[in-house]
Amino acid sequence: MRWCHWVNFPILTIMIWSGMLIYWANDEYTFTLFGHTFFRFFPDWFYNTLKVPHRLAEGMAFHFLFMWFFTLNGVLYILYTIISGEWRELVPQKKSFKEAWLVLLHDLHIRKMAPPQKKYNAAQRIAYTAIIVMGLGSVITGLAIYKPVQFYYFTWICGGYHSARIIHFILTLGYVFFFVIHIVQVLLAGWNNFRSVISGFEVIDTARKPAVQRIKKQ
Amino acid sequence: MSTPVKNKKVKKAPTVEQKINRRNFVSFATFTILAGGAYEGWRWLYKSPEEASGGITAGARKPLRRALNKTELFFRRVFSDNHLVKTYPKSMAARNTRVNSDIGIEASKKFDPATWTLKVVKKGGEVLNVTIQEIMALPKTEIVYDFKCVEGWDQIQHWAGVTFIDFIKHFGLDEYTKMEYVGMETPDKQYYVGLDMPSAIHPQTLLAYEVNDKPIPLAHGAPLRLIIPVKYGIKNLKRIGTITFSNTRPRDYWAEAGYDYYSGL
Repeated sequence: MRWCHWVNFPILTIMIWSGMLIYWANDEYTFTLFGHTFFRFFPDWFYNTLKVPHRLAEGMAFHFLFMWFFTLNGVLYILYTIISGEWRELVPQKKSFKEAWLVLLHDLHIRKMAPPQKKYNAAQRIAYTAIIVMGLGSVITGLAIYKPVQFYYFTWICGGYHSARIIHFILTLGYVFFFVIHIVQVLLAGWNNFRSVISGFEVIDTARKPAVQRIKKQ
Repeated sequence: MSTPVKNKKVKKAPTVEQKINRRNFVSFATFTILAGGAYEGWRWLYKSPEEASGGITAGARKPLRRALNKTELFFRRVFSDNHLVKTYPKSMAARNTRVNSDIGIEASKKFDPATWTLKVVKKGGEVLNVTIQEIMALPKTEIVYDFKCVEGWDQIQHWAGVTFIDFIKHFGLDEYTKMEYVGMETPDKQYYVGLDMPSAIHPQTLLAYEVNDKPIPLAHGAPLRLIIPVKYGIKNLKRIGTITFSNTRPRDYWAEAGYDYYSGL
């Protein structure tokens, strides 16, 4: 599971970057309300800093190679989660939506007590399941844009070519948003938590359990 | 009770600690090596040389071009004549059909539609000349569909002409559909596209001579242009001069500039 996580990180970065190379060719999305354009994605300095302009062909070539890895990695993750039974730890339960609110209040230091949790708390359950659903959404909207004739049913599900493209774009913004929150949470969770995502074990558990067992024996 | 436990803990603690340290070291070393490997892999791909110019395809990194070609083979399997491009009522078609490019048909170049004929190169170099009147005498097919540009814009447009497959049948070119590719070029040979046969003979592929019920203007490729809805705009050649058939990929303007040869939708 953590393998998929670390494999996904560079792949998603490349997908977002190459997606930006593609988007530049026709950057039409703006946030307009009552005729006033609040902002458009993205300002020129942003493009120029990242050397985005005039690289459409290159962006497509990268995007259409790494889409395979992105999809494959996602499929592997979902299969593993199902086969290992880890989905039980991950998929939101009925109470999760109520609890997630409490977790949010706790994390914002508004509430002192956090609800009890196992591997993931309610907010994590929702966020980590949502990100998988978003990944699936990116694949489907992506195919809907990529082959709107051959996969006309995906395009239809997405509400047409335009809306598929907008959803695809919004999902990408969603990843960036997720990434920011995710990094902040990782920083707050501390070193031990981060280490566990690399090594696959948490030190508290392995260190304490034997000691506890020994006490019981005596 | 408490003393022995404490003693044991003190004795055992270093070994557990050591185990933890060892596992951490192994994990982090593996992680660092793999991350380094991934970075090197990326550097290799990013810095990999481009294809040599002068070939049928050019302008893309070699491994990426290989990937594009493999991906094409995969998506060709799902291609079907039964998968039709979505069509719209005429009322939804844009009044001002967007003109995006004039490569091969620049206004500064002298061109007289009246002297134009379509040249179909047959086996053995024999050339079939077809006039626009002959083409307009064939059954007319109209299509109102969403024209999609590789850049990301799209527009609902209304075109009319003869389907390529009707054209083929009428001029007895059926045997050529067994070949793998169709090549089309502008009369000045400055713009050219290569099309796989299944896409070319798709029932919605048109040799178009009308837009919004009027003869197409010069900027849209008068007198005859290709409208191939199963491809991006880059394949929709304006002002067709010659048509050829081959079993190898004909040259393609944008495939020489790093774009996917197939560019199918």
